[in-house]
Amino acid sequence: MISVRNITVRFEEKQVLDRFSLEVPEEGITALSGPSGCGKTTLLRVLAGLQPVEAGTVTTPPEPVILFQENRLLPWRTVGQHITDVLPRDRRGEVSRWLALAELEGEERNYPAALSGGMGRRLALARTLACGGGLILLDEPFAGVDAPRAARILARVRSLGLPVVLSSHERETVELCDRVIHLDGPPLRITDDTENGGLRSC
Amino acid sequence: MTPSTTSRNFKPIKILRAVIPLAFWLGVWQLAAYLVDLRTGGHGALLLPYPLLVAGRLAALAGQPAFWQSAAVTLGRIFGGFAAGAAVGALTAAATSALRGADWVLTPAVKVIRAIPVASFIVLVLLWAPSSGWVPAIVSGLMVLPVLWGNVSRGVLQTDPLLLEAARAYRFGRGKTLRLVYLPSVRPYFVSGCATGLGLAWKAGVAAEVLCQPRLAIGTQLYRAKITLETPDLFAWTAVVIVLSFLLEYALGILFRRLGGEKT
Repeated sequence: MISVRNITVRFEEKQVLDRFSLEVPEEGITALSGPSGCGKTTLLRVLAGLQPVEAGTVTTPPEPVILFQENRLLPWRTVGQHITDVLPRDRRGEVSRWLALAELEGEERNYPAALSGGMGRRLALARTLACGGGLILLDEPFAGVDAPRAARILARVRSLGLPVVLSSHERETVELCDRVIHLDGPPLRITDDTENGGLRSC
Repeated sequence: MTPSTTSRNFKPIKILRAVIPLAFWLGVWQLAAYLVDLRTGGHGALLLPYPLLVAGRLAALAGQPAFWQSAAVTLGRIFGGFAAGAAVGALTAAATSALRGADWVLTPAVKVIRAIPVASFIVLVLLWAPSSGWVPAIVSGLMVLPVLWGNVSRGVLQTDPLLLEAARAYRFGRGKTLRLVYLPSVRPYFVSGCATGLGLAWKAGVAAEVLCQPRLAIGTQLYRAKITLETPDLFAWTAVVIVLSFLLEYALGILFRRLGGEKT
């Protein structure tokens, strides 16, 4: 089970998470849905181990990996190099597999400046998935990506068989997930859990 | 517009951009020399020789082996000092950025080096150096070191924290973070520091040669031209310094472009 219990996160005077708790099954795709600024990104960063908490406990599978809200691509590395950079030596041959997953075939030698917004997003997603880990955290993974393509890519992400927690504003993306947790805030709170294959309410 | 037309239009503009300012300033020089000559009753060459006279002296000097030897040795000294100063400055910046202890100890020392006048350095190094030939190289290096330290430190500080966090999230490790994030981020600051440092190295290095007078040196030739009132020679040797400085800057530009083969 992926869980956070009574976690508190504060940025100066702003309380983003106040003794917030959540449990998510360690399987399938869970969507976090809610208005901008409610604390979804902070929650994902907490799960990724990048955001320290003032109080509370966090339990996740080992080595969670996150797709940040920003692409954070390296302007001096090619599309292909972005993937090889996160792959261990013995998996260097997988570059085309991950690029194909994100529908970026033929872009291997291009630099990020030559990519459209949606392509940059897909490259960032491919890099995150190639990096791998026990839990995949995706912050707005399909921003700027058209809905049919997002659906195809999400189906491939699902086939990896890893637990995924994503945040999204797009109704089409949320509807494709196994479960949806509606959030509001700050401070972050759960407004509704949608049962769609086994969500355990908290 | 076809690419070939663009290329044809581009070249003459590039040539004109070099020729017009050169012709303008040579004209200004010629006019000023004429006015000085007029006011000194034909002895203007002592104060401001005509450009053609300087060109003639330069051609005559270029015919002597000592000219090329002096130019080569000066170039070697100043480039050596510059390279050492740039390397030490960049490494010091890496140390002061990464280690608090190094920051406490080294930063005040570099700031002191930056504040010391070049003349003090020349005299002090002349006292300490094993031979006068070392002084210009050491002084050039000491001038370049704080510039590179400042630029590289700024580059490290300006490295995008979001990229650094991504490097941590994607488990890059220290070596890969240095190679893929820090070095490309710092590179423009390093190159800009080298451009500034190179100019300083030439100024300080030739000044040191003038004061120390090693056997083969442009600075020594400048000093001799001054004491024998050979003003055209003084101008000719100064022109040599300018040309060598431009050539070195050009060569470094090519080197940096080659080394930075990855897109920046």
